Amino acid sequence: MRIRISHETVYRYDQPAGGVIQTLRLTPRNHVGQFVVDWRIDVSENCELAQHEDAFGNIVHTFNADGPFTELRVLAEGEVETQDTGGVVRGTIERFPESLYLRETPLTRLDPAIAEFARAASAAAGGGALKALHGLLARLHGEMAFDTDPTHPATTAAEAFAMKRGVCQDLTHVFIAAARSLGVPARYIGGHFHRNDGVVAQEAGHAWAEAFVPDLGWVAFDPANGISATDAHVRVAVGLDYLGAAPVRGTRTGGAGEALTVAVQVAQAGRQMQS
Amino acid sequence: MLSRTADNLYWLARYVERAEYLARILEATQRITAMPLAYVGETNEWASAVATAGCSGAFFAAHEEANEETVTEFLAFSTANPSSILNCFEVARSNARAIRTALTVEMWDAINTTWLELKRFGNRPQSRDEFARFLRWVQESSLRFDGSAYRTMLRNDAYWFSRIGVYIERADNTARILDVKYHLLLPEDEHIGGPLDYYQWAGILRSVSALTAYHWVYRESLKPWLVADLLILKDQLPRSLSSCYENLVQNLDRIANAYGRQGPAQRQARAVRTKLQNSRMEEIFGEGLHEFIGGFIADNNRLGEAIRQQYLA
Amino acid sequence: MPVRLAFDEMKGADGTVRPAYSELADWLKDIRPDTLDHRRQEAELLFRRIGITFAVYGEADAQERLIPFDVIPRILSAGEWDTLRRGLEQRVRALNMFLRDIYTRREVLRAGIVPDDLVFQNPVFRPEMNGQKVPHDIYVHIAGIDIVRVDADTFYVLEDNARTPSGVSYMLENREIMLRLFPELFARHRIAPVENYPDELLATLTSLAPDSAPGDPTVVLLTPGVYNSAYYEHSFLADKLGVELVEGRDLFVKGGVVYMRTTQGPKRVDVIYRRVDDDFLDPLAFRPDSGLGVAGLMSAYQAGNVTLANAVGTGIADDKAIYSYMPEILKFYLGEEPILKNVPTWRCREPDALAYVLDHLEELVVKEVHGSGGYGMLIGPTADKAQIASFRTKLKLDPKGFIAQPTLALSTCPTCVDAGVAPRHVDLRPFVLTGRDRIRIVPGGLTRVALKAGSLVVNSSQGGGTKDTWVLDR
Repeated sequence: MRIRISHETVYRYDQPAGGVIQTLRLTPRNHVGQFVVDWRIDVSENCELAQHEDAFGNIVHTFNADGPFTELRVLAEGEVETQDTGGVVRGTIERFPESLYLRETPLTRLDPAIAEFARAASAAAGGGALKALHGLLARLHGEMAFDTDPTHPATTAAEAFAMKRGVCQDLTHVFIAAARSLGVPARYIGGHFHRNDGVVAQEAGHAWAEAFVPDLGWVAFDPANGISATDAHVRVAVGLDYLGAAPVRGTRTGGAGEALTVAVQVAQAGRQMQS
Repeated sequence: MLSRTADNLYWLARYVERAEYLARILEATQRITAMPLAYVGETNEWASAVATAGCSGAFFAAHEEANEETVTEFLAFSTANPSSILNCFEVARSNARAIRTALTVEMWDAINTTWLELKRFGNRPQSRDEFARFLRWVQESSLRFDGSAYRTMLRNDAYWFSRIGVYIERADNTARILDVKYHLLLPEDEHIGGPLDYYQWAGILRSVSALTAYHWVYRESLKPWLVADLLILKDQLPRSLSSCYENLVQNLDRIANAYGRQGPAQRQARAVRTKLQNSRMEEIFGEGLHEFIGGFIADNNRLGEAIRQQYLA
Repeated sequence: MPVRLAFDEMKGADGTVRPAYSELADWLKDIRPDTLDHRRQEAELLFRRIGITFAVYGEADAQERLIPFDVIPRILSAGEWDTLRRGLEQRVRALNMFLRDIYTRREVLRAGIVPDDLVFQNPVFRPEMNGQKVPHDIYVHIAGIDIVRVDADTFYVLEDNARTPSGVSYMLENREIMLRLFPELFARHRIAPVENYPDELLATLTSLAPDSAPGDPTVVLLTPGVYNSAYYEHSFLADKLGVELVEGRDLFVKGGVVYMRTTQGPKRVDVIYRRVDDDFLDPLAFRPDSGLGVAGLMSAYQAGNVTLANAVGTGIADDKAIYSYMPEILKFYLGEEPILKNVPTWRCREPDALAYVLDHLEELVVKEVHGSGGYGMLIGPTADKAQIASFRTKLKLDPKGFIAQPTLALSTCPTCVDAGVAPRHVDLRPFVLTGRDRIRIVPGGLTRVALKAGSLVVNSSQGGGTKDTWVLDR
């Protein structure tokens, strides 16, 4: 599938911002089943975008913008060609042995409820990591409701799991914590998802998990959709949790009364997009 | 020098100066309210003290009536009033603490000792006598700090920023008294109070420790327009607006020379200084004393902001 | 196993005064108890004065937080120091090689010297540092290695502090106070000076400037601020070094370069002696809620435009779980036998070791792998039944979280106590500086002393005091 993506983050400030520094993980890379045809990042203020690669192999851009300004736009857009690989992820940049992804992070800290959930799901699924993970995926998708209201970017896996609701980020965190508790290395993927119902405009990027299955390697599981990743998924950044793969992290001086809106459009290339 | 260090030095000096000023206002108010009504008329001196301290808004949000008890508490000891004497010393000391190594031992001793002694006054003075002693102690403490800075600091940017803090604060304080009491200081033909105001004039002078100075400068009995002249235009009086700006221009110039660069702060200070130098009391009265003072306070705030942007942020 | 009779550094094993202490022993014999007591009070006063005019701890405990100072010095002979110095250099060289390897090629893991999971699942391993080039390939620039002694010839490394070790200000101040109180005693010895430490530190830090720095690099000391318990040391050191004491908000990053806000505009910063923990250094890379750090600092670090001393991620080298592997690590990199031994350590993650530890809890010291400051620790011989039982449960629940060591009979030194002069257990924290050019160690360090009779806990947070440490020049 050829997917056209536009991911715009807009900050508006009641009081002008004096200056902003941000790091962006907004740029997809190539791997088997994913080829970036073209991609660009555009910041509305004059600035130098310095590009480097982080420890996980993500492309990171850092920039400073000097104020005063009352609005800042960061746009990432381009086209990506994808193929379905049955959820198996190969050809990615791997800087660590998979055992690194057994690390706990504050956002993915295991609590007894998730541990018990993982144990039960795995036991019901019968032997083997792959079966256990699919069991986990199905149950999580069934038990946790997608709800944008109760959680925020700093919500932990345990908090979201206790509420049994959250956004794709929360479901992914729970999946990761559960998989790790079973001794399966798991990691967080930030990216985009092309919906097959014709809806192009989305309020945020997408998130899912990858887990390491012996003999297969990394396999992508999307708990918000209850499926393995397909050619509708565009993989942008990888991390131990949301923070490590966050599309934008930044601070500013001044700029009281910040309002943030994110507008994402994911469409099949060649089709017209509603602007 | 770190901007934060300069900022701490500047505010340290401002808060110590402010504490002294508050003590003087309270002292002068206490004195005037102790007089028989026949001598001073029926004015609410306590409300006037709050206005002079520049915190009427905050005060009346917390208290219905301005009287000796409420005003004394608010201006001297209230932890809710960010500019109470207690808070001034508290903030001054935490500024000092943050830049301990930029201060001389004597300066640190002075401010830290003040802070430690202040804890002793945590129990409010029980009598007017005790309170009067407290106010004198505040003034002495401020004097000790100022003196230790003057006598022990290297003459470099640290010293100049701390001086600038003193003079910006002092100019603001003097202007505030004038702003509240201007109606008592109008020239003879406009004046409506008469001899009843004599003790008010003396009170104003006392607030800026200028009662004796007045007599040395003018060698005549108190005349309201001369009081205004003294407080606004007389370079000889250390708390006059003119003298404050003389010092501000000087210290800002020293910084500009040392750094090899000048900016909006120097230009703003010189502009105000020039305006004061070229003014004569007749013209000021002619254009309106109140408007003049209002303009000055705004100018002085602009200078503070220019200094902040140029050096302290 | 009862605690063996401790080795006394003055009286030795057989009760005869050891040569390094002969002058001190004579002096102690002659001095009147009330003179000693008087000096002790004087020292206390001096510290209080410095405390009042200098030390600024949290508001309420501004005065209480003075660490007790013992006026009787601890003395090391030139020969003893020479062994220590060589051992420390060797140890710190190995720590640096280990860190470089762990964050690049990981040969030590491939060789099977250290188990993978101890590194990759260890919270103090920083994935962000992986493949990151650090200026001059040095990670630990300032190390505080804790040393204990058990007999005339045996020094053990108890702990490698490779993050932001503190205490050096006490080393310097203790010496100043002793010079003021006992000029006569100094005249009777030839004691190697420590007062050049700030110069050595500055030379070290300056030597570490990145290649992109101007010829005259700017060094700053980054503190978490006045509310940090070591703030006094930070301001003391910045003052002695003659560098700016900055907080996170004084710095900013632009175009991959770190600047400090000064009254003369932005000034480039090349070397940051940071006393802020990794987690708080950069809200864009680590904890997003940190108000103590500098946004974008890691991007400047990655661009090679600033040196952080110590580097980020050095905690993996002083981790208690890694500690027990240090002798093999050292041999692996240097091909040498360690000059300073490790305390024998049972790794409770290994079933045999765990079984032994559970059987001998009454004799052992059990430490939490991620604890510090003497907390989270069981001292078997002095613990009561309840404490032992609680540790037994903890150990069974999470064996990986613990190591165990024999209860060492730490050496003792004569110490002023209420009843006169009596032996008390001591340790030693020398400070090792690693610059681009060479390793520098001032002769001495911080001697900590357990003031309670029989106590082995020297941590100041648990009633320990300090002593001046004298290294004899010959």
